[in-house]
Amino acid sequence: MIVLEHVNKLYDNGFHALKDINLEFKKGEITVLIGPSGCGKSTTMKLINALNTPSSGKVLIDGKDISGLNPVELRRNIGYVIQSVGLFPHMNISKNVGVVPRLKKWDQDKIEQKVNELLDMVGLDHTIYGNRYPSELSGGQQQRVGVIRALAADPDIILMDEPFSALDPISRESLQDELIRLQQDLHKTIIFVTHDMDEAIKIADTIVLMKDGVVVQTGRPDAILRHPANEFVRSFIGSKRLQNENESTYEIPLVDEVMITNPVTTFPNRGLAEAIKVMEMKRVDSLLIVDRNRQLQGVVSIYRVLDQYGEEGKTVADVMHPVRYSVASGSTLPQAIEIMDSHQLSNLPVIDSNNRFLGLITRGSVVKHLAEVYPTITHPLRNGEDE
Amino acid sequence: MENNHLTFSDFLSYVSRNSGMLWEYFVQHITMVVIGLGLAVVVGVPLGILCSKNKWAAKVILFITNILQVVPSLAMLVVLMLWLGLGMKTVMVGLFLYSLNPITRNTYVGLKQVDPSYLESGKGIGMSPLQLLVKVRFPLSLTYIMSGLRIAAVIAIGVVTIAPLVGGGGLGREIYAGLNTNNPLRIFAGAIPAAMLAIVADIVLGILQRKLDLSKRKSSAAAQAPAKIQNIG
Repeated sequence: MIVLEHVNKLYDNGFHALKDINLEFKKGEITVLIGPSGCGKSTTMKLINALNTPSSGKVLIDGKDISGLNPVELRRNIGYVIQSVGLFPHMNISKNVGVVPRLKKWDQDKIEQKVNELLDMVGLDHTIYGNRYPSELSGGQQQRVGVIRALAADPDIILMDEPFSALDPISRESLQDELIRLQQDLHKTIIFVTHDMDEAIKIADTIVLMKDGVVVQTGRPDAILRHPANEFVRSFIGSKRLQNENESTYEIPLVDEVMITNPVTTFPNRGLAEAIKVMEMKRVDSLLIVDRNRQLQGVVSIYRVLDQYGEEGKTVADVMHPVRYSVASGSTLPQAIEIMDSHQLSNLPVIDSNNRFLGLITRGSVVKHLAEVYPTITHPLRNGEDE
Repeated sequence: MENNHLTFSDFLSYVSRNSGMLWEYFVQHITMVVIGLGLAVVVGVPLGILCSKNKWAAKVILFITNILQVVPSLAMLVVLMLWLGLGMKTVMVGLFLYSLNPITRNTYVGLKQVDPSYLESGKGIGMSPLQLLVKVRFPLSLTYIMSGLRIAAVIAIGVVTIAPLVGGGGLGREIYAGLNTNNPLRIFAGAIPAAMLAIVADIVLGILQRKLDLSKRKSSAAAQAPAKIQNIG
């Protein structure tokens, strides 16, 4: 357990960054520090690994005042993930992940084993990615490596300073999910700094809301949503989110619940005449092309087929268009709708983590789902009542 | 000049007749450059590191090395000669003083330009200041240091041609001999290798400089096969 007791931080220029902070970070929990920029959340976090020292007050880890410890030694026992990833560009991925164990002079074999295990744990095959350099990985992959680097020496405490905020929304979501999944096995004490309330609500066991160097409210996400301490908390959470919370337990549906699970597909090697026959039978105007491993290859419309119909040797694979947009299984319906809306799509395939095709979100399936969820909305209209 | 009907074959035959002597000059030339530069690296890199640690040290050191480099090369060598006497030693010390500025300055700039996020991350995971220097800052500034060495090498190869004036050897001796005897063949036989040496050094060190830019390091395997392939089969 980490305890901050009456911590103040005064800078030489007179800026009072932290004002009498008293906090407790529970063992095995994710505590999220959140607040507007300049509120002192990062400063507070950096007290724990002595990147920042308090002007007055104490920082205790398991009852021990850290001001008496060697800061370099202390930091090697605390995982640290920063926003800009901070992977060393001149070291390959394995070297990067193993950097703390090497500083701690572990056995070479033990380091290698640990590194490979961690890489595989976050879905980066160590035989492929181990020898790559950071610049060859996507932002999401780099931050995965950043997270497992913090885990490499098996620290009890991990500090994360806005680790996912520079990522695109989809990678961010998947890394958040991954962090939650890892935490279920690892039970680390994680201090996570963010300015994104959605992220905080998603991953936190405890949220600490800060403003101008003061802790405004501390509590479970649910408690903060239900009982915001004051107007600042209310506005920071956002009125929309509060409303949702009050309207009971409405759950955002996942694409998996909404999608059609048996859309019309065909294999890439089918001829054009066959394709027309299938469309005719199933009464659809386009076909998804899926290979034997359920990998989505492309899409072909009736117009495209008719256009090329004269050429007998052609297969659907020759005339299909690549599928440009898809959504991962487990995403929420609003995400799917947003993609469909912003790219003017009439449908959107759902794929799993191995790129296998699972189903299709269509406008019809969305309407059908909404009708099932909101029977009360359709009811008064059926009776001809106007609201 | 009376010999303006000289041909290229005259030049070649001169070079082949005197290859032993020319080779000796060539080796002397390179030896002086390498030793002078070597000294400058041994002293300049630590000075650069010192500069990056302390703002005042940086001001003083860069000021002095800058002055050393601004002094005309002939003047510098002559002054050194008064102190060290005639000979190769004077030339090498001169080259050392001359090369100090580009190497110190580039080391300093290289260490300073390392992205602060790498430093924060290194510090945050528990590197000591020395480990941070050796494992992070230094590798990421190698390309800058190399660029300093490249500038210094090209200058040194040029400067060393005036070595004979203070009793040093090298290709300069052939050039001055040519001047004194009014023999263009000898001038060319000294000047062309010296020029080639500077060009080759520039190219080779330039390649090295790009190779050592570790901030965008890539694996050799990545150029061949994208990882996607496993998904299709």
